[in-house]
Amino acid sequence: MVTYMYASLPSLEEIWAWLDSVSDPEIPILSVVDLGIVRNVRWTEEGPDFTTEQTSPRENPTSVIDGRLRRPGTQRTRRSDLTLLVTVTPTYSGCPAMAVIKNDIQRALLQRGISRVSFETQLSPAWTTDWMTERGRKRLREYGIAPPEPHYDKLGLASEARSTGIPCPRCGSSDTRLVSRFGSTPCKAFYICNSCLEPFDYFKCH
Amino acid sequence: MPLTLLKNHRLEFVLRLADNCLILSQRLGEWCGHGPELEEDMALTNIALDLNGQAQNWLEYASELEGGQRTPDRLAFLRDAAEFRNCLLLEQPNRDYAYTIARQFYFDTWHSLLLTDLLGSTDQRIREISEKSLKEVRYHLRHSSGWVIRLGDGTDESNRRIQTAIDELWGYTGELYTPDTVDETVCAERIGSDLSTIRSDWLTAVHHILTEATLRVPESSWMHTGGKQGIHTEELGYLLAEMQFLQRAYPQAQW
Repeated sequence: MVTYMYASLPSLEEIWAWLDSVSDPEIPILSVVDLGIVRNVRWTEEGPDFTTEQTSPRENPTSVIDGRLRRPGTQRTRRSDLTLLVTVTPTYSGCPAMAVIKNDIQRALLQRGISRVSFETQLSPAWTTDWMTERGRKRLREYGIAPPEPHYDKLGLASEARSTGIPCPRCGSSDTRLVSRFGSTPCKAFYICNSCLEPFDYFKCH
Repeated sequence: MPLTLLKNHRLEFVLRLADNCLILSQRLGEWCGHGPELEEDMALTNIALDLNGQAQNWLEYASELEGGQRTPDRLAFLRDAAEFRNCLLLEQPNRDYAYTIARQFYFDTWHSLLLTDLLGSTDQRIREISEKSLKEVRYHLRHSSGWVIRLGDGTDESNRRIQTAIDELWGYTGELYTPDTVDETVCAERIGSDLSTIRSDWLTAVHHILTEATLRVPESSWMHTGGKQGIHTEELGYLLAEMQFLQRAYPQAQW
């Protein structure tokens, strides 16, 4: 692990690029940026203890990491006192991946020398699959998961109500049918293609 | 209304929302590995997970409203039955699949109506959690309504079983929409909802689905109450004994 002090703070563009290397633990071909889970990053003068969530110290191990980094006698510069505040939004209320995602983000940033990180959870506006990047959709399809349809179709019908017509990620046919609205993870539904007969996951519209 | 009292009403109201989700989540979790088919096993546990997450969001807020005296985990795992504020419907046992579906259908219909109304709450945190939850609850409602129709309009056996469940659980639904002092106070402040509106919308929606399912709508009857005030059926004690076992046996154990 390389840790060093920055002569100047890394730009937010650089930080976004680093975050883009953090994979979603359940669907590793997507980054947390592709998914739209990271809503904002900014520097703040508040300490890493500052967080709008009610988290216990074990859930927010920043201070431990920070403590491990600081060797005795190390002079801390004024700049390194700044904390990076990362605003995240959960995909599903009970998504068990959120804790892992925060840890992964923290580790990725630490590897780039940012030891002081705080998280802020933002519930509103609620996460939607409409925030998924085009690149994310393309990657999903290549991976064999049908990407989420836009929230409303041309007729204004909520796509979550549809049970047919989700294009098969393998053969591209729209002749598919819903098996179950609930799949292997909270974000997926289970379909079967009537043309190629392959079952597939659909990243459901949310 | 003195401010402290209002704060307590807000806290009570939030605890009810939290406990409804938490207790039903625990009940649904009991189906894990026992579902009638694989897809349903996964559906019920997915719904349980959503509700567990929603309960966590509400309990975090409740914990803050209390001034942080108890963490959300403490509220979930170290309160005894009389301190729980869920409606009696949600603690009723799973019994067969028809019961589980009927319970879910009654609740999902009410839950989606309530959360939709709470988008207009004067309390920002309540609005935010409702907005997040509602997206998930719409899926739950579609699932449980679909199964009520499928079972009702299915075989003689499935029709008989879902009708029995619909009839027997009917007496637990009144509590969902019968206001008490807490409900009236939060409604007056527009923190919460007017349950009489929710009631008529709920009746219309339930009537609609039951008719489509070729099921009889139960006659109005005497309604069980008490859950919202902490007076529960004996079922809750058994549920908590399992849900809270780890924290009771190994106090303060952490994941």
